[in-house]
Amino acid sequence: MSEYLVNLKVNNIPVSVKEGTSILDAAKKLNFNIPTLCNHPDLSVAGNCRVCVVEVKGARLLAASCATPVSEGMEVSTNSEKVRTARKHVIELLLSEHNADCTKCFKNGNCELQDLASEYRVGDHVFIDLVKAKDKILDISSPSITKDDSKCIRCQRCVRTCEELQAVGALAVVKKGDHQRISTFLNKPLDEVVCTNCGQCINRCPTGSLTERTYLDEVWNAINDPSKHVVVQTAPAVRIGLGEDLGYDPGERVTGKMVAALRHIGFDSVLDTDFTADLTIMEEGTELLTRLKRALVDGEKVALPMMTSCSPGWIKFQEHMFPDLLDNLSTCKSPQQMFGALAKTYYARKKGIDPKNMVSVSIMPCTAKKFECVRPEMRDSGYQDVDYVLTTRELAMMVKQAGIDFMKLEDEKYDSIMGNSTGAAVIFGATGGVMEAALRTAYEIVTGREVPFTNLKIMPVRGFEGIKEAKIMIKGVKPEWGFLEGAELSVAIAHGLSNANELMKAVRTGKVNYHFIEVMGCPGGCLGGGGQPIPTSPDIRQKRADAIYSEDEGLPLRKSHENPEVAQIYKDFLGEPLGHKSHDLLHTHYKPRKRY
Amino acid sequence: MENKTLKKIDLIFADYTSSKYKVLEKVLEKTPDEIINEIIDSGLKGRGGAGFPTGLKWKFTKNEDNPVKYVICNADEGEPGTFKDREILERVFRKVLSGMATCGYAIGAKEGYIYLRGEYLYLVPELEKEIEYFDEFAKKLNLDFRIFLRMGSGAYICGEESALFESMEGKRGEPRNKPPYPTVSGYNQCPTVINNVETFATVQIICKIGSEEFKKLGTSDSRGSKLFSVSGDTPTPGIYELELGMPLTDFVDNYGDGDTKAVQVGGASGFCVPRKHLKDTIIGFEGIPTGGSMMIFNSSRSMYNVLHDYLEFFNEESCGQCTPCRVGCQQLLKGIESVKKGERKPQYLDELKKLASTMKIAAKCGLGQSVANPFNSIVDNFREEIIY
Repeated sequence: MSEYLVNLKVNNIPVSVKEGTSILDAAKKLNFNIPTLCNHPDLSVAGNCRVCVVEVKGARLLAASCATPVSEGMEVSTNSEKVRTARKHVIELLLSEHNADCTKCFKNGNCELQDLASEYRVGDHVFIDLVKAKDKILDISSPSITKDDSKCIRCQRCVRTCEELQAVGALAVVKKGDHQRISTFLNKPLDEVVCTNCGQCINRCPTGSLTERTYLDEVWNAINDPSKHVVVQTAPAVRIGLGEDLGYDPGERVTGKMVAALRHIGFDSVLDTDFTADLTIMEEGTELLTRLKRALVDGEKVALPMMTSCSPGWIKFQEHMFPDLLDNLSTCKSPQQMFGALAKTYYARKKGIDPKNMVSVSIMPCTAKKFECVRPEMRDSGYQDVDYVLTTRELAMMVKQAGIDFMKLEDEKYDSIMGNSTGAAVIFGATGGVMEAALRTAYEIVTGREVPFTNLKIMPVRGFEGIKEAKIMIKGVKPEWGFLEGAELSVAIAHGLSNANELMKAVRTGKVNYHFIEVMGCPGGCLGGGGQPIPTSPDIRQKRADAIYSEDEGLPLRKSHENPEVAQIYKDFLGEPLGHKSHDLLHTHYKPRKRY
Repeated sequence: MENKTLKKIDLIFADYTSSKYKVLEKVLEKTPDEIINEIIDSGLKGRGGAGFPTGLKWKFTKNEDNPVKYVICNADEGEPGTFKDREILERVFRKVLSGMATCGYAIGAKEGYIYLRGEYLYLVPELEKEIEYFDEFAKKLNLDFRIFLRMGSGAYICGEESALFESMEGKRGEPRNKPPYPTVSGYNQCPTVINNVETFATVQIICKIGSEEFKKLGTSDSRGSKLFSVSGDTPTPGIYELELGMPLTDFVDNYGDGDTKAVQVGGASGFCVPRKHLKDTIIGFEGIPTGGSMMIFNSSRSMYNVLHDYLEFFNEESCGQCTPCRVGCQQLLKGIESVKKGERKPQYLDELKKLASTMKIAAKCGLGQSVANPFNSIVDNFREEIIY
């Protein structure tokens, strides 16, 4: 964008903005709020919903303010009669093709179309109801995402999300005119196409057309069943997102209140995915060092760079798009699935619970986790390791349904033996966090010293740049790691699948040479996950990231290998990282998938 | 207002066989600026219907600082009732190529494309033969300009210039936001002149007879002559070249069947003129402009059916991208149906007219914006036929 300033008037008030600024942003600068639907801060400009039209003096047509750049001397009116009439018409038209069954809608109360309808007091339905009966048939094929065409207003945010942010292209516009809709390849059900279940489309859907597949009833039933012991785990990014759905501004840490709320709701054991995040570092860090040793010392042909495997959306993406790089993925299960496998073995045994009476629930910022828990590989405990996955949003609903005054709760602590964690685990929720946690531990294992960064903050791997790179010189190693003396560890981090796509293309062609790569499927990492509170934007994600890093700094232990419960589980149950038991319970494999 | 009467002209299809690119050869002796000034001076406005001054379009594109520019000939003739471009391509294609080459030379483009309507596939072998010949001729003239054919696939919306670019780029044919306009960012995001088939043929004629001679035809707002596709209740359907600026009565006197009730000027997206307004309606940019389509209806026709057909057409051919067009078209169609059936009161037509007026100013492209033309003009003039 150029530095050249353009002068214009919005509603008779002069304003100067940089050349190239949209009318929408210029108006925002003067605190004039123009409603939008198809516009989203993470996506390219579409200009197709036409809710944001404004009047420009002298122009025959109204201008879509999101898509029209300002020009010198422009006189804009955002609230003229012409504008209000057109806007109301547009809202009424959208409602006429929308299944406005609001009271039964999963998005009731958090719907941009509903808000607009209420703002413009669209009372009597002026126009004819166009919702077709066949559109009311839901696509519930996916364990993660429910697609309801009858609520779709064709803003194409989901299409742009899937294509631009995620490079997946599972959703596309098909047909034209009155038959136009958002569909999949050959109109196949979502579970038969390349959809990675990342849920980013849900985060940007302005209506209830795309929502998570909900398991609230199943979880309530389990809680209400006295014969069941219901174990719950909470992912790192949930504690910094949940507050947004319960009255807090973005960036509020609500860990203690969340634990208290889970107990009030009736979960029998309230445990933490962060515990298995620490465990993941032990397993994955050891796996990396082992791969490096096999490559450098034994001269074996080992798949490098090694890539993280915590993000199930990323895993499915890789299975579809880069099946030739599956050996590069760490064999470690995601923290959720490690937790699931241990809950019905280690935890059940220690607490004397029959695993067949145990119901394992996880609260995730993620919709792909709903798919992950039903993968056939994820039954190493002898049962389905994780029974139900709820999103951060679903947990907020449970809190409300349980009648809990969340803001007034006293902080509580997780239950023990799988509830303790370190700051290294918390930062799993932000892009670069797994890398930072792994480096904190691996460096210390190899050299016996802390990573050479002030206050353990490895800044080069932090931040929202699409693809980050870092190099760390390893010096002064312990004798048993002599082969690493003087080596420079080269790592890369990508978040959002379109960045992952770019990085993988570079890896595949040999353009880049890394030892270790972290990929998170969602923009910003888990804190921007498909199960997190809506809306999302770069600003909101930044606040969540700030909260994650301050949670890390506030914890007494900040390195995974210092987690006492992790040490205990190796002593009592697992033996050693990558040991026999670990191999059985904590590691998995991947399968190539077709793209169509 | 200048008083013109109907006058048949024979420029576009005239003296074709005698000169193979002789006009082009002579044009290339001029400088690009001379050519552009000549076209500006001629007052030529685009023959596709919208009527943007052709010379200005060329000038804007020439002035863009970009090494790559394109010339595109819009041959996606899809407006119902329009069939004159097909005839030009069949009979005087060389004039089109000559016009495109003139444009390419004037604006500094090295590539020209013809985006051909999907249904005109049968024309391809002949067109390709002529393009091959043109290529050789251009080489002889040291003219660095090549012309290629691109096929449409039958979507009306792809005749909208920015949707046409999207289609050519291999994407879904959906109109873009404007600005930027094609002269700044068109095909492949490069400055592009996109003109109708007839516009390019007319350029060749202006180059041949000179702008002074051309200006003698038509009115100050509507210079020259143009082709009309005459259809409907007429004893003499066909393609006629007429001087611009005639009153519609003259036209009906010549081509009507003596029982003309209304004329739809400009195709489905044009205006319906009832008999009582024929006299005071001028065909040209000062009155009702047209890309060429003139559909004549006599008293046996139900204007409800006419409007219903048009709305069905728009329902199917809207790209579906923007709300006013996608949903508005459905509401207008369902709306007149429900009034006809008596499910809604006749006053509902007024709500629909307001909606059509919103579509006219709020839709993203010309398609949605022009649905109000037939809707409001038919409902206003034939309200009783819609209701009863």
